[in-house]
Amino acid sequence: MEWLNAIVQGMLLGGLYALFAAGLSLIFGVMRLVNIAHGDLIVLAAYFGLTTSVALGVHPLLSLVAVIPVMAGLGYLLQRGVLNRTLGDDLLPPLLVTFGLSVIIQNALLEAFTADPQKMNAGALETASFDLGGLTLGVLPVMTFAVAVAVVAGLQWVFYHTPLGRAFRATSDNQDIAQLMGLNKAHVFGLAMALSLAVVAIAGLFLGIRTSFDPSIGGGRLIFGFEAVIIGGLGNLWGTLAGGVILGVAQTVGAKIDPGWQLLAGHVVFLFILAVRPNGLFPRVDG
Amino acid sequence: MPEPILDIRGLEAFYGDFQALYGVDLHVNEGEVLAIIGANGAGKSTLLRSISGLMRNEAEQVRYRGEPIGGLRADQVAARGIALVPEGRQLFPSLSVEENLMIGGRIGRAGPWSLEAVYGLFPILKERRNQASTSLSGGQQQMVAIGRALMANPDLILFDEISLGLAPIIIRDIYTALPGIVGGGMSAVIVEQDITKALSVSSRVYCLQEGRVSLEGASNELSREDISRAYFGIE
Repeated sequence: MEWLNAIVQGMLLGGLYALFAAGLSLIFGVMRLVNIAHGDLIVLAAYFGLTTSVALGVHPLLSLVAVIPVMAGLGYLLQRGVLNRTLGDDLLPPLLVTFGLSVIIQNALLEAFTADPQKMNAGALETASFDLGGLTLGVLPVMTFAVAVAVVAGLQWVFYHTPLGRAFRATSDNQDIAQLMGLNKAHVFGLAMALSLAVVAIAGLFLGIRTSFDPSIGGGRLIFGFEAVIIGGLGNLWGTLAGGVILGVAQTVGAKIDPGWQLLAGHVVFLFILAVRPNGLFPRVDG
Repeated sequence: MPEPILDIRGLEAFYGDFQALYGVDLHVNEGEVLAIIGANGAGKSTLLRSISGLMRNEAEQVRYRGEPIGGLRADQVAARGIALVPEGRQLFPSLSVEENLMIGGRIGRAGPWSLEAVYGLFPILKERRNQASTSLSGGQQQMVAIGRALMANPDLILFDEISLGLAPIIIRDIYTALPGIVGGGMSAVIVEQDITKALSVSSRVYCLQEGRVSLEGASNELSREDISRAYFGIE
């Protein structure tokens, strides 16, 4: 039963990792951009949420109403103003620029909020739980998982059933020909980054409610997100959710064996899968 | 004489240090089908890339309905009513047949072409509408590429080597369908290596040789000798 509990808790934790990863997966899929600042943007969103909920005296989850559009707008401006200039045949410039961005965000947060760990006050939601067949499940982790499933399903729907999704896929396939269809790729990429950072906003809020955070933790979130994306297979959103779950289960089962092994177990499983299936478990199949 | 729909004056195009076009002068009249012939590397595709905005040039070198468009991006050119059927078809592999057509229509210009009209022209595409575009035969893919360009309801449509790599019977079918496509006032530029095909569907022809116009004239008046001299540059 304890093992079953560890596995179930790990699956729920995986929902949070899938939220970290979904935005990464999306922009890599559309424009082959690897965003090193992704984790720091998650932390930035958490601080936005904290500030908003304290200033307005509202529940942290309610602050999403403000944080999602602000982050999405920031994403669009960031893409149009900076990141579009780095895209080209060479993969290195966007890596370097987003790495620089990561450093800038960390230091700006440090200046603004100090290095003290912060935590959002979500009231009863933090500790609420319910029993299910002998297991005790936290309401917040279950909610996080449900939101992750909803986000992935929503992104999947946007990608395969809307004109915006068609534009994303067409631009990803062939930028020149997409441009001939009247799609301005600079704008399409801006929209993709906006969508990515809207997901980042959600991820940041759930991160900030679940654990305490400080300006330095972005890198770790980036690693978890990356690992979930790679395990699941690049460009496959449901695969990303599965990747998050596998990573989460690996961590909680590892911690069950020995509390010191939590992170290590996750990384080991990631490396193992990378060695056995370099394209991930569910790589996207093209035509 | 009415003003031409497309007027190109002294067009120069470069790939880095390499110059591909040296002062090309060319015009397309409203409603006519113009053929551009020439050997490999003569600059035909470069010319179409320049018109469609995939290559940016000096604004004044390409004028469309009197407006300088040489410096515009491809999406801006497309919005003004110029569509390109690219060489090698270049469908979007992640999109189904119907999605390829729909994305062609996203510019939303008014006109006779719609999904139904394209399916009327190429009925086989309606049967295959939900298949991946890559699962079609070469000829069917070419139909999708043509349909995708028509969906934008362009006033000027550019065809780049639409017979390349297709079986002769398919080429015949596509050229049979062509008058139905470019009728109704649409102007067309056809780049083609098959000179006979090019001459049979066009009213005027330009021959390019090493980035320069080596011959121009009415398609039914030029002699074979003139054309082969202009094509190969043999005196």
